[in-house]
Amino acid sequence: MSATLKRRDVVAQLLADRGDLLVIAGLGSTAWDCTAAGDHPLSFPLWGAMGQAAMMGLGLALAQPSRRVLVVTGDGEMLMGMGSLATIGVQRPQNLSVVVIDNERYGETGMQATHTASGVDLAAVARACGFPNASTLTGEAEIAALRAAIHAQPGPNFATVKVAAEKAPIILPPRDGGLLKARFRRALLGEAADSQ
Amino acid sequence: MTETIDWPLEIHRVLSAAKLRQIGYVPDAGHKRLIELCHADGAMRTVPLTTEEEGIGLAVGAWLGGERCALLMQSSGVGNIINALGTIKECRVPLPMLITMRGEYGEFNPWQVPMGQATPAVLEAMGVVVQPVREAAGIPAAVDAALRLAYNSYVASAVLISQKVIGIKSFQEQAEK
Repeated sequence: MSATLKRRDVVAQLLADRGDLLVIAGLGSTAWDCTAAGDHPLSFPLWGAMGQAAMMGLGLALAQPSRRVLVVTGDGEMLMGMGSLATIGVQRPQNLSVVVIDNERYGETGMQATHTASGVDLAAVARACGFPNASTLTGEAEIAALRAAIHAQPGPNFATVKVAAEKAPIILPPRDGGLLKARFRRALLGEAADSQ
Repeated sequence: MTETIDWPLEIHRVLSAAKLRQIGYVPDAGHKRLIELCHADGAMRTVPLTTEEEGIGLAVGAWLGGERCALLMQSSGVGNIINALGTIKECRVPLPMLITMRGEYGEFNPWQVPMGQATPAVLEAMGVVVQPVREAAGIPAAVDAALRLAYNSYVASAVLISQKVIGIKSFQEQAEK
């Protein structure tokens, strides 16, 4: 069964009317997806350190318990940081959601198969690590409920969304890490963050 | 000279005074007492990690959210954070790290020596400001200085606590406690 959902549509739906949602965008395709949905100061797109997206979400969720935090990342990056699911399962921040846009490919390096293409089940891993809500979505009708869960459901929440293995146009966020950090902190914490 | 300073307690006091709110760690016998003190501190969220690399992500996320995060690890763990340290440098995220050394003063395990000996060079190669400490009495000031450097200059700083301080024999003793 090949996936039919399109990654750009899924991410655009998840980020629609995002309100005060805080977003970590995993490196590569998910950073381009989030930028295509609209560059935003409260999105922190990764350009390196593959494997760290979920942990950045954890640090942010613990620091900002009154805000909802969403990590959107790819299957390749989630596989590289699979231990972080265990670490999040220990901390269990209710305001964190991790969504894996799973095309079963390493999209930036030639579309080589990831482990999920051979059946490795990331949602089952998350469930086993203590995420109270962890599921694999394949249908258009499920995306609206996932968006609602990201904004309101006590977590930590985990979802794998199976998407078609197709290349979408690359939409780049700003590259300067210092800028991305500073604009995020200023938007979240106010101008006082500049001199902290 | 007999060392009488309770250096883990002193480190905890310095971390607390500097308002560190998240403490990520992979256990080390040398950090055993400090880890316990941090866990017992209601103002600190203490986060055990499956690998030291996770701590880099944790610290970046914490800083994006306005909280200070320090990492506790053994020198062997430095080998697990090298690529992730690139994010700290590129994004200029303040990151204090307290690293207990293996593979140097009186090491008994030859497999610890390569990473222990490479630890300062590896950290410096990734832009971390390294501060070795070989006497317990110097630790509180070194940690305080490392925190000031990190948060005033937006860099990673590492205090390397020598095996000479931790005590060669006490590895086994602490592990058995």
